[in-house]
Amino acid sequence: MRDETPPAKPMAFGEPTLARFAREVAKYPSDQKQSAVMACLSIVQQEQGWLSPEAEQGVADILGMPVMAVHEVTTFYNMYNQQPLGRFKLNVCTNLPCALRDGEQALQHLERRLGIQKGQTTEDGLFTLQQSECLGACADSPVLLVNDRHMCSFMSSDKLDQLIDGLRAAAKEEA
Amino acid sequence: MNVKQVLEQFQSRGIETCFHGRHISPQMVSGLDGSNWGLADYEARGGYAALRQILGRDGGAGMTPEAVIAHVKESALRGRGGAGFPTGLKWSFMPRQFPGQKYLVCNSDEGEPGTCKDRELLMHNPHLVIEGMAIAAYAMGTSVGYNYIHGEIFQVYERFEAALDQARAAGYLGERILGTDFSFQLHAHHGFGAYICGEETALLESLEGKKGQPRFKPPFPASFGLYGKPTTINNTETFAAVPWLIRNGGKAYLDCGRPNNGGTKIFSVSGDVERPGNYEVPMCTTFCTLLELAGGVRKGRKLKAVIPGGSSSPALPADLILSCTMDYDSISKAGSMLGSGAVIVLDDSRCMVKALKRLSYFYMHESCGQCTPCREGTGWLWRIVDRIERGQGRPEDLALLDNVAENIMGRTICALGDAAAMPVRGMIKHFRHEFEHYIEHKTGMVSASV
Repeated sequence: MRDETPPAKPMAFGEPTLARFAREVAKYPSDQKQSAVMACLSIVQQEQGWLSPEAEQGVADILGMPVMAVHEVTTFYNMYNQQPLGRFKLNVCTNLPCALRDGEQALQHLERRLGIQKGQTTEDGLFTLQQSECLGACADSPVLLVNDRHMCSFMSSDKLDQLIDGLRAAAKEEA
Repeated sequence: MNVKQVLEQFQSRGIETCFHGRHISPQMVSGLDGSNWGLADYEARGGYAALRQILGRDGGAGMTPEAVIAHVKESALRGRGGAGFPTGLKWSFMPRQFPGQKYLVCNSDEGEPGTCKDRELLMHNPHLVIEGMAIAAYAMGTSVGYNYIHGEIFQVYERFEAALDQARAAGYLGERILGTDFSFQLHAHHGFGAYICGEETALLESLEGKKGQPRFKPPFPASFGLYGKPTTINNTETFAAVPWLIRNGGKAYLDCGRPNNGGTKIFSVSGDVERPGNYEVPMCTTFCTLLELAGGVRKGRKLKAVIPGGSSSPALPADLILSCTMDYDSISKAGSMLGSGAVIVLDDSRCMVKALKRLSYFYMHESCGQCTPCREGTGWLWRIVDRIERGQGRPEDLALLDNVAENIMGRTICALGDAAAMPVRGMIKHFRHEFEHYIEHKTGMVSASV
């Protein structure tokens, strides 16, 4: 079977993004630029919200690696977004240590509060809710991660409500 | 408030989990308060004195690499990531006369459910890990190192990068450290959500910018590691133990614990206790003492079971764990593993079938798919436990679970397969009656959600 998808046009990144890439690439031997792929992809995701085929192609060109090798990384690691998500991605840990301390309840509370099921995005495009595996903060349970980079600890129902209200207000202010 | 300010309100401060003052003779978390992670405070706590000492920059004669390794061997320090391999022995495997580049790697990909100690070490005492790595690099003649940090703890990665900048500026890292011939470059690398990368060869693949699929061993990383070069990989806490050990000597470290189990260890206590958190105590502290530090079983309930070393270690029923001391040998004798020191406590309201179902889902989700017994077997395990939990279990399911577990163990490239199989076998061994009850009555002996 022949794949009819035309190759993606490589994304052109701006100078600030390229400078962030360069800082990562500099950590590795000059013939091992591929080592920076995880960091570069997470930078793109932070700036754009997800990893489009164009972004993957752009990163592949910069690091001198096949785009399929970049795509393997995007699809192997849980935190890369392969499609656009809500403005705030919420990952709630429900692994056993968290399940013993209301992790599951936190997820259910957010489902009710946001009116969506896990895996879904709110209609206003603000929140995507996901169940997540161990975040490595078991003593802080219930815990959740916001947009990959911000861990929120001891998230009782009250705090979850404060978080949602706070993020809604902040997003309104931004707009 | 902007988004950043909103999120900062919910950031962990470590007060409940680390700065609670309920450690016993702590070495690694001693004197920390959350604000004193920086270089000046670390130096005021005696930081970088061990590095100065071995390099002869404290007015003394310095130490040879062989002498450093001899101290680590004498200390009986064992790998804190889970395997418990003697650290001094591992360091001595590095080919000293190898002409090319060698690498030192710190495994901070802390994702074993229940484990949350490296996160606090790196957040609140990052220079301790940097100093430990610099000493290790000197001992093994390594000039480049990486710290691979769990992607989910991005704030910790940023903190570690800030600490690296401080150490470089002060001359503790980089070219000609403290004016000697010793050079060591250290960088931080983050993961992005893959439990398997905690396995050392998967971590190396990931560090090379690939899918994190484990490699066959042999060759071992000491001969063929990062970029195919000799590489030593240790856990964060292992490196964190080194500065104290050098300052006070291998013998003093050994004397903190017992023969074959030297030093102190950080235990992450989670689940049904009053005060979940990290507790640094001497090796061989009794489980009862540790449980007491963590405030005892929650709401005064009775202890049912403990998973003593992260989710991969077999659960032990209360009567067995209550007579254990927290060290490699005692927990192993009881039929489990000390592992990463992640102690997951379950009280008598808990359903072991539901607990196992959650863990089995995790291993199925995180299997990298490389080896058939693990890729297919973890799915089998989950589906069987799931159907038991949904009231559709069959009498022969327990034998089937055991059979599937048996056929995963020892038949895969890495230990994830074993890690998925061991909890299943442990649960069925010690809590068989709960599974039988579930199959017969189509419901649990207790009505808990877990």
